[in-house]
Amino acid sequence: MTRTISALHIEPEKCTGCRQCELACSWVQTGTFQPSRSLIRVHVFDEQASFAPYACLQCDEAWCMQACPVNAIDIDENIGAPVVIDEVCVGCKLCVIACPFGTIFFDKTTERAAKCDLCSGDPACAHACPTDAIRVETTDPGAWLEPFGEKVDTSYRNAITGEGE
Amino acid sequence: MTLQGGFTGTILRVDLTRGSVEKEAIREDWAREFVGGRGIAVRYLHEEVDPQVDPLSPDNKLIFATGPLTGTNASCGARYMVITKGPLTGAVTTSNSGGRFAPELKFAGYDMILFEGRSERPVYLWIQDEIAELRDASHLWGKGVFETEDTIRRESGLPDCAVSAIGPAGENLVRYAAIVNEKYRAAGRSGVGAVMGSKNLKAIAVRGTGAVRVADPVATMRSQWAMKHELTQAPLTAEGLPAYGTLALMNVINEHGALPTRNYRDSQFENAEDISGEELAETRLAANKACFACTIACGRVSRISEEGVGRYGVSCSPRNWRHATEGPEYENAWSLGADCGISDFDAILKSNWMCNDLGMDPISLGATIAAAMELYEAGVIDESVTGIPMPFGSGEALLTMTEKAAYRDGFGDQIAEGSKIMGERLGHPEVFMGVKGQEFPAYDPRALQGMGLGYATSNRGACHLRAYTVAVEVVGEPEPMDPRAAEGKGAVTKAFQDTSTAVDATGLCLFLTFGTTLESIHPILKAVTGFDLADNELLQAGERIWNLERLWNLRAGLTAADDTLPKRMLKDAIRGGPAQGEVSRLPEMLPDYYRERGWTEEGHPTAEKLAELGLG
Repeated sequence: MTRTISALHIEPEKCTGCRQCELACSWVQTGTFQPSRSLIRVHVFDEQASFAPYACLQCDEAWCMQACPVNAIDIDENIGAPVVIDEVCVGCKLCVIACPFGTIFFDKTTERAAKCDLCSGDPACAHACPTDAIRVETTDPGAWLEPFGEKVDTSYRNAITGEGE
Repeated sequence: MTLQGGFTGTILRVDLTRGSVEKEAIREDWAREFVGGRGIAVRYLHEEVDPQVDPLSPDNKLIFATGPLTGTNASCGARYMVITKGPLTGAVTTSNSGGRFAPELKFAGYDMILFEGRSERPVYLWIQDEIAELRDASHLWGKGVFETEDTIRRESGLPDCAVSAIGPAGENLVRYAAIVNEKYRAAGRSGVGAVMGSKNLKAIAVRGTGAVRVADPVATMRSQWAMKHELTQAPLTAEGLPAYGTLALMNVINEHGALPTRNYRDSQFENAEDISGEELAETRLAANKACFACTIACGRVSRISEEGVGRYGVSCSPRNWRHATEGPEYENAWSLGADCGISDFDAILKSNWMCNDLGMDPISLGATIAAAMELYEAGVIDESVTGIPMPFGSGEALLTMTEKAAYRDGFGDQIAEGSKIMGERLGHPEVFMGVKGQEFPAYDPRALQGMGLGYATSNRGACHLRAYTVAVEVVGEPEPMDPRAAEGKGAVTKAFQDTSTAVDATGLCLFLTFGTTLESIHPILKAVTGFDLADNELLQAGERIWNLERLWNLRAGLTAADDTLPKRMLKDAIRGGPAQGEVSRLPEMLPDYYRERGWTEEGHPTAEKLAELGLG
């Protein structure tokens, strides 16, 4: 069965590292400019001269959701993405430890977990990006996950067998 | 009145002699009159620093100032200005830089840092939100900018901090030493790095996690969005700068016969194409890199070619991005290239890269080397003086002198003084191509008359960023003007100077003006600060700041006689190309300019003008 999800489609090769996405994200949350509270972050790879914005991948069976002891993270059917329910969250940070991608954060101001909720379906970061490096897409995860998995698998096998060098 | 937004309201006062760091409230009345950045800092300088001070003495002060729009999402809100008295010019010095340092300082909670005195031993200033303290920098002294930044980021445990530092050139008081942040963004000109070095201040490192607030959120979003849209519609900010960076100018200016070549002896460079933005994009461009919040992204990351790596022995260490360097900007490719007759792009890239690491202004460096090359070719100096052959076109000489200048080694000790002092010492002051001790940038003032007037009257010595009349004289925006005409240049130069000053005071980047106008910046400033600004008030603030800088310069001992150009520009006609036969018509333009300014014939602001600007 195919299932579609909403997620940010990020193309790092288009990113110039301007951080307008971080400004936009902090703005919709706080009404101020405070990149330290942004839920999308731009990582700068100095040596490669490349910039990679990263944000929640909106996993279907999300690690953060599985780890939460009080069921404060749930999939919002309207948005098609897991969200933090502030009233339930107790700020224990287990989700932050569980997330393999480092994209759910503990917000020191609210003392709650915070993750990208796709701005309820209309992400501000995608609007703010001047080079279209960030777009929002409704997609079938299987469509890109399977070929990606195969690619990773092939490189791994080639590496251990010494093939394809 | 309380500040409602844009400003954090707090400045840091660092007394290096006593080793103290104090927080104090920013002067709100000055914020209203002079906006921020260059404006308010010049007001502090005017109040606190004797214009006659020796620039390298403890009595000089060094100010790092952000603007109210720095750290907001207004496009290009990334700038800070370094204000002091410069050792290259002896005039008011205002050097601007982008990157990530300035917004980080705002997020930490500070509008400005004011350094005074002199530390006994090397220190750096560490800022982490409310913590601000001086730390020992003995282990960093002598190190390049790159290693300094990497070391601080590592040892602080906060790799996200932004670092602004000097290199060996600043420590060795090279007269045009720069202050460099994020390794490749520089407050480059007039020797701000030497002032920092004279204070034994190696670096400032800052990590901020706080917020920049605004007075009117809805109006802020609306107005900044409108300006961003304009930037996507204008050819230069939408296509030209992203595609080729400022280097897009190399071929254009050469075609106009305004590309100074071999120390301004020629005005077209036969190999300009080899060092153009087009050539860079085709052969060496790795990526575009934007400063914080910038939607233009004119910054280049370029790679030295494999051949160049072999020839110039560039090491493959992580700290040089695998032979990659940011830049070069048009001005640097010109000074290290055409002005020295050099067409080897790899030599230019490497010298530019070294300038960043050593902490030096490539414009003044390249121009001084060009002046030395002229003397070498004329037989005034030879290898016994310079140590190596220094003919025009020698990449080897360029790279050797880049290093020697930063360490004041051998003939590098002369190069480190700048071409004015070097020329005087060698008995040939006529090789100095500049104004008020500062070397010209990359436009021949004989071919573009407005640029000549702008150079001559710039408060910080020869500079292209104070009145960029290239916009009207070459690009034709907003209205084309005849580059050879003297008429009307007084008014347009004044207008450009006041506009540029106003933009500098907001904390935005001057390059915005390639795609938008002050009319679009005005509502953003209003929304962010909550200032009840009248229509023309931002522009008038620009004029106010300009006049205050002028007053300070006059008190420093500069006169109308310093508003001049070298004899070569005034008497020797251009020898070839489209502008053949032209000399600068400064004597016609200058009185016109003074009149437009409301100044006397001696270049003094009249009492009437000062009263009008509230400076009386």
